[in-house]
Amino acid sequence: MRQAYLDNSATTRPCEAAVEAMARCLREGWHNPSAVYRPAVEALRAMRDARQRLLDAVGGAGCDAIFTSGGTESNNLAILGAVGRMRGRQVLAVSAVEHPSVRSAFDALAERGHDVRVIGVDGAGQLKWDALEAALNDGASLVSCMQVNNETGAVLDAARLHETVNGRALIHVDGVQGFLRVPFDMRLADLYTVSGHKLHGPKGVGALIVKKGLRLSPQHVGGGQEANLRSGTENTPGIAGMDAAIRELTALGPDMPRQLMAKKLHLMAAVRRAVPDVIVNGPAPEDGAPHILNLGFPGARGEVMLHALEGEGIYVSTGSACSSKKLKVSGVLTAMGIPPRTAEWAVRFSLSPHTTMEETDYAAERIGVLYDQLKRFQRR
Amino acid sequence: MRDVLLVRYGEVFLKGANRPHFLKVLTDNVKRVVKPLGGHVWLSDSRVYVSDFNDLQACIDCVRKVFGVYSVSPAVEMEKDLDVIAGACVKMMAPYSGTFKVLGKRSDKKFPMNSMELAAEIGHRVLEANPNLKVDVHKPQHKLMVEIRDNAYICVEEIMAVGGMPMGTGGKAALLLSGGIDSPVAGYQLMKRGVRLCAIHFQSPPYTGELARDKVMQLAKKLAWYSGGMRVYLVPFTRCQLEIHEKCPDELGTLITRRFMMRIAQIIARQFGAQALITGESLGQVASQTMDALCCTDAVVDMPVFRPLIGLDKTEIMDIAQRIDTYETSILPYEDCCTVFTPRHPVTRPKLETMPKAEAKLDVDALVNEAVEGTEMVILEA
Repeated sequence: MRQAYLDNSATTRPCEAAVEAMARCLREGWHNPSAVYRPAVEALRAMRDARQRLLDAVGGAGCDAIFTSGGTESNNLAILGAVGRMRGRQVLAVSAVEHPSVRSAFDALAERGHDVRVIGVDGAGQLKWDALEAALNDGASLVSCMQVNNETGAVLDAARLHETVNGRALIHVDGVQGFLRVPFDMRLADLYTVSGHKLHGPKGVGALIVKKGLRLSPQHVGGGQEANLRSGTENTPGIAGMDAAIRELTALGPDMPRQLMAKKLHLMAAVRRAVPDVIVNGPAPEDGAPHILNLGFPGARGEVMLHALEGEGIYVSTGSACSSKKLKVSGVLTAMGIPPRTAEWAVRFSLSPHTTMEETDYAAERIGVLYDQLKRFQRR
Repeated sequence: MRDVLLVRYGEVFLKGANRPHFLKVLTDNVKRVVKPLGGHVWLSDSRVYVSDFNDLQACIDCVRKVFGVYSVSPAVEMEKDLDVIAGACVKMMAPYSGTFKVLGKRSDKKFPMNSMELAAEIGHRVLEANPNLKVDVHKPQHKLMVEIRDNAYICVEEIMAVGGMPMGTGGKAALLLSGGIDSPVAGYQLMKRGVRLCAIHFQSPPYTGELARDKVMQLAKKLAWYSGGMRVYLVPFTRCQLEIHEKCPDELGTLITRRFMMRIAQIIARQFGAQALITGESLGQVASQTMDALCCTDAVVDMPVFRPLIGLDKTEIMDIAQRIDTYETSILPYEDCCTVFTPRHPVTRPKLETMPKAEAKLDVDALVNEAVEGTEMVILEA
């Protein structure tokens, strides 16, 4: 059966180079980087090189990278760790469309008595800047916004965020969906989250990039690894795999995001030809991230479309979950002012640099056929 | 001297000439569940015994879930020597306080003391050793049983078991298993009466997904434990639902859907060799479970339809689901069918006479046969 994997924002297939690097690390470079004999020092050196390449990818000259178990841990460490070093009750700002690992961290802080301001977004997923300005005027000390929204592909205007904050607060950017696919410069933020498995690397590894001199309180205690911020023997095979994946993506050159965008626009055009009344949720396709497209097919529930596509070997995802008793629609789409009825139709397509035109064309063609069948059957 | 588990059976006692058959089935079922624990099982003098298990608590936990078992007692088996028996009794009663009584039983008449003498002597020695105990022969808190058979057995703790009839002695039936809370409980209730089940599940891709199927399989697996395996029939049902949605009155949609499920289930049930259908319906719970609606669904099948939950409240059903450990799986949010096909205003008092007209535009036999032919059968191991 033909297949099209268009759920790269959920996870990506590990690239050969990553698998290879991990296997090599497990077979040969498995020594504990904290030990003091030669093979261990080599493991330490490999980790140091990986750290440097990671920093180079985001212009992180004045930064450190802390390896973690992935996006969730990095977001937790950034937010809970930064606020943990602050004294007294803080005003904190977080966008309304964050990943649960960010939102839940702020919920925990609100429970501890901090004043958490949730900054709304407009229909295109852009921050309401005046609301952010107001929070900053009230003395906000940490602002957290995601670089690329995982559901809609809305891209943060990081330069404007940096300008608006103007040194008044720490800036944390969750770069899980954005890293390497939307260029980022660490001069615009203090903390930046990276995850390995969204980049064709392995699961269970990620990093938090931190401006030098910024002190965080560790969320794990123990042997003091990773500058005492992340105790626990380092996941050297995971780090080697993520490093190989980053190298491979970087080797595609600075033009890669543009090529990725071309694929996305190609998919968009093909879907539009097949389903003229398709709706775009979030930013216009050419304004969003080059790999995420959130579409609605009027009258066809996202979940049903997902399973219908699954039957054709096409894998996508949806923000809403169907249940005959209650309908849960995506909080992100709701925050963007999309009515529940429309949000129910949402399907997310996410591409990777390895997505082929055959995949996008095949998906678009099947969407057309399936949509014609599905729209006949709607709840009366 | 060794630890054994003494297993008492309940209703099987009421059987006459075919009691040996029931007991054989019961013993085999106990053997099956204790096999992973390395237990040795035998039937002797109207009791089932388990010995040589590697974990007493695990052994108790699984034997008390075997249908037909009334209660179990951790017991000690030893030679028929009064001093040995008395010593073991003293040791067994050491942690207890309050009132007790000794129940003596002697089927080996060569043993020098009779039951009364034995009870009196043991009671005396236990009392002497444990000052926290008093004798009360009428309403004792603890009953110490001392039995002289091929060996001597003593036990004091009695743990109630599920009861019911041995699995396989009650015939075969087909359970309509949806993935909700009720249907696994309905299946359990009849399994408890010794009925061997197959499960029939209706799938509607793309309106339902792989997670819904996985959930049903998890539920079936829980039930399969009791019968040492189970067949699950997965019926492709989308075509029927779409046709009903397109060609039948909306308010009768759910009811006609139920009628199709029953027709298809009856054919599959016959293939399995079942004599009845089982559903999890409870009177008045939803529109399709009113008395009028049930008359309309029953009218399409000749087999008896067992509805063991018919008189239970939702909370009572939920309690059983908790007890048999299906509740947590049942409440996972993957529904068996999407709201696309749920009428907004289903009829609660349908008339049987109106059914043929409501289904007139459908080729009922063709749809039913297509679904039966497309059915996939999966054999679940216990």
